[in-house]
Amino acid sequence: MNNTEPAAANLLEINNLGKRFGGFVALENISLSVAKGERLGLIGPNGSGKSTLVNCICGTLQNEQGSVRFDGGPVDGIAAYQRTRLGLARSFQLPRPFISMSLIDNIRIPILYTVAARGIRNSAADIDTRCMELLRQVGLDAKARGMPKDLTQVEMRKLELARAMASEPKLLIADEAMAGLTHSEIEDILTLLVRLNDQGVTVILIEHIMRAVMSFSRRIVVLVSGKKIADGLPDQVMRDPEVERAYLGQ
Amino acid sequence: MRTPTFFLICLIVAALVFGAAIAIGNDYVFFAGYVVLQYVVLSTAWNILGGYCGYVNFGTAAFFALGAYSSVAIYKLVTENDFFRMPMPVLILIGGAVAGIVGFGMGYLTLRLRGAFFAIATLALAVVLQTLVVNWDFVGGSRGAYILRPESVPIIGAYIKYLFLIMLLLAVIALTTARLIEHSRLGYGFATIRDDELAAEASGVPTLKLKLIATTISGALMGMAGAPFPYYIGYLQPDSTFGLDYAVNSIAMPLIGGTTSWVGPLIGAILLGSLQQIATVTISSAVNLLVVGVILVAFVILAPNGIVGLVRHYWQHKPDDIVGRRKVETDAQGTVP
Amino acid sequence: MFSFDLLINAIVSGILIGGFYAAVTSGVSLSFGILDIVNIAHPAFIILGSYVAYIVNANFGIDPILTAIIATPAFYVLGAGIYQVYYVSFEKRGQESLRGLAFFFGLLFITEVTLVLYFGVDYRYVEAPYIGPTWHIGTIDLPLRILVPCVVSLLLIAALQLILSRTFIGRAIMAVAQDPFALRLMAIDPTRIKRVAFGLSIATASLAGAFLIIIQPVEPSVGRQYIGRVFAICVLGGMNSLPGTVIAAMLVGIVESLTATFYGPSWAPAVSFGFLLLTLAVRPAGLLGR
Repeated sequence: MNNTEPAAANLLEINNLGKRFGGFVALENISLSVAKGERLGLIGPNGSGKSTLVNCICGTLQNEQGSVRFDGGPVDGIAAYQRTRLGLARSFQLPRPFISMSLIDNIRIPILYTVAARGIRNSAADIDTRCMELLRQVGLDAKARGMPKDLTQVEMRKLELARAMASEPKLLIADEAMAGLTHSEIEDILTLLVRLNDQGVTVILIEHIMRAVMSFSRRIVVLVSGKKIADGLPDQVMRDPEVERAYLGQ
Repeated sequence: MRTPTFFLICLIVAALVFGAAIAIGNDYVFFAGYVVLQYVVLSTAWNILGGYCGYVNFGTAAFFALGAYSSVAIYKLVTENDFFRMPMPVLILIGGAVAGIVGFGMGYLTLRLRGAFFAIATLALAVVLQTLVVNWDFVGGSRGAYILRPESVPIIGAYIKYLFLIMLLLAVIALTTARLIEHSRLGYGFATIRDDELAAEASGVPTLKLKLIATTISGALMGMAGAPFPYYIGYLQPDSTFGLDYAVNSIAMPLIGGTTSWVGPLIGAILLGSLQQIATVTISSAVNLLVVGVILVAFVILAPNGIVGLVRHYWQHKPDDIVGRRKVETDAQGTVP
Repeated sequence: MFSFDLLINAIVSGILIGGFYAAVTSGVSLSFGILDIVNIAHPAFIILGSYVAYIVNANFGIDPILTAIIATPAFYVLGAGIYQVYYVSFEKRGQESLRGLAFFFGLLFITEVTLVLYFGVDYRYVEAPYIGPTWHIGTIDLPLRILVPCVVSLLLIAALQLILSRTFIGRAIMAVAQDPFALRLMAIDPTRIKRVAFGLSIATASLAGAFLIIIQPVEPSVGRQYIGRVFAICVLGGMNSLPGTVIAAMLVGIVESLTATFYGPSWAPAVSFGFLLLTLAVRPAGLLGR
């Protein structure tokens, strides 16, 4: 079932997006809309193209076919850093911290380069406060002056999320941020994302942890082998026989 | 410490160094000192692109030579026959501008490339430039170019002392520039490029723009170091001006000193530069290069963070890793520039 | 002054020397194209090979190519050893880019300067029955001192191609570049494979060095001209494609030869480097793509 919300309310619009790597078709004919303020879950088996899709949306990769529109304007061909400044943020599935900097400096970067680029001037003290606040929200404030190499995998993923949040996005794509987290940690992240959403941030959650996806998402999109096979309300998608066959029945 | 204060302190130190050199009373100090100071500028310049951003430039000689040959071109143009002597500061600015523009152009062509390709492209650029110069008869081509320099300069005395002073000031400018970058938002941006360009872009860092800034500044400083060189050496020859010695030294010195701050290239240049001056005089210039090669390889294997890294490790018990450093300076209103 | 004869001879000469360039580059196709190691010291090892051939030839009169073939195992061991140091110091620590480059740069210098200290800067050459005579086919001159190395070079490339495509170790080498994890799953140690590949890479330098000193007299700094040439041809040829390397090498050889013939030899060094810059700017994947 396709999204029929009026175009004006759509923050993100993807039309017929296609991406190949040499002879390998990673994404084929992906069309997708995300409304402002929506909570979208994106699921699918490993290798189905979820991260490739994120990369194409954010400009890390260029799609050969189709178009992406964000916040009412086309973003095709626009550099990744500019998309971030437009309000499109993402966390990387495999964390990519800035290894030569402390955690607090890691968080500082998006504030210095994205928030500041929007003309918002902050004093150094304010920036420090904001960095600590973000670290606190993901439970890393105790390690603020520490280095990424001293973090566990789980902590690095939290840092990823905090860094994405630091750019004060309109749309946040969380790419498998919860893998390996404990029950209560998952709850913490979910609460965080819900609160973000309440503040007006649109969230796309890419996850394998079905419980989290079901409780968080208002709508779910399923990707299998580079194609979109389902798009609708969580209950309906979960009962879809094709989805069951391709993904859930594994 | 705020940058203007740093600049002042550097000037004072420079004045003291100059005074000490005069006090020693031997002109050789100026000749040797000029070369060491030249390497301070070249290593600091190299480090801005190489150490801060992580992009290795093998073509130091090309930018250095651009500065040198623009001085030669101007000399041939106005000085040789008309005896109008262009003041050295102007030559330096022109040399810096020419090299900076080429640095920008090279960056534009090659900075989209992965690190290794960029390094090779810089090597290619150096050879292309060298071939162009060798075939350009106006600046002497392969025969070389002679520069007649004045015997002495009012107040300071022997011309070499004047050149030494100029290079001292250039060193101060280079060091101040490096430190200014380090302590600014630009320094953070450069570090993200070095650490992870993809993540940098995703965080809103305009990586291409910053890399272009780095190549331009780096190239310009190298060109500025090259501008007085014809006047120092008197006879400029393409083979030695474009020599790989400049490349190897401007890489070895920051790597040995430490690439993460302005202190590293300074230490590396003073230590290695002095060592080479002594070796050249006492043994031979071939051995001197061998020494550089061996020390470079040894440091790169054993002490990857250079002398600065070693000091931090043993003295301050900090983790033996590249340490995040900066405290972003604010302007008068307390806002981040 | 243009003449058809001159043109034909320039092209033929370019093709012949291109064959030689291909052998020179084959080592870099292995280390850079497949292993992603920027060994800019490769030309220095070639010069080393030249000097080895020279010493044996000057003292015992043995044919340089024969010497090189015998010296190949020694070069292989040298290559394997260097890779081991490189791996432990850099690859494991994840610091390949800056420090790895500096490492090889240092090696380049150490090798070159050591040769200078030992042999001085005089040009050295070898003697062999095929250095001197020239075959003539119509108006085309075929100097044997270039023809022989060209032919043997192409044989070398063919042998390498066979190794890479038909033998187990060769295919493992091709695989390690693409999927080291899969190799591990097959209980093959990627590090060992890479060591073999790098050893092979330096082994080719032994032969390339012999070819070089047959074609022209050699002194230690001659290697520098080849740094850019070698990487230019490697990139142009599509990085890890040996056939691509041959085509690219001949292309570079022809253009260099034409430039030298019609514009003067002092412009020749810029050719391959100019090629490289152009390729990198326009089509980084090279001619035959990756």
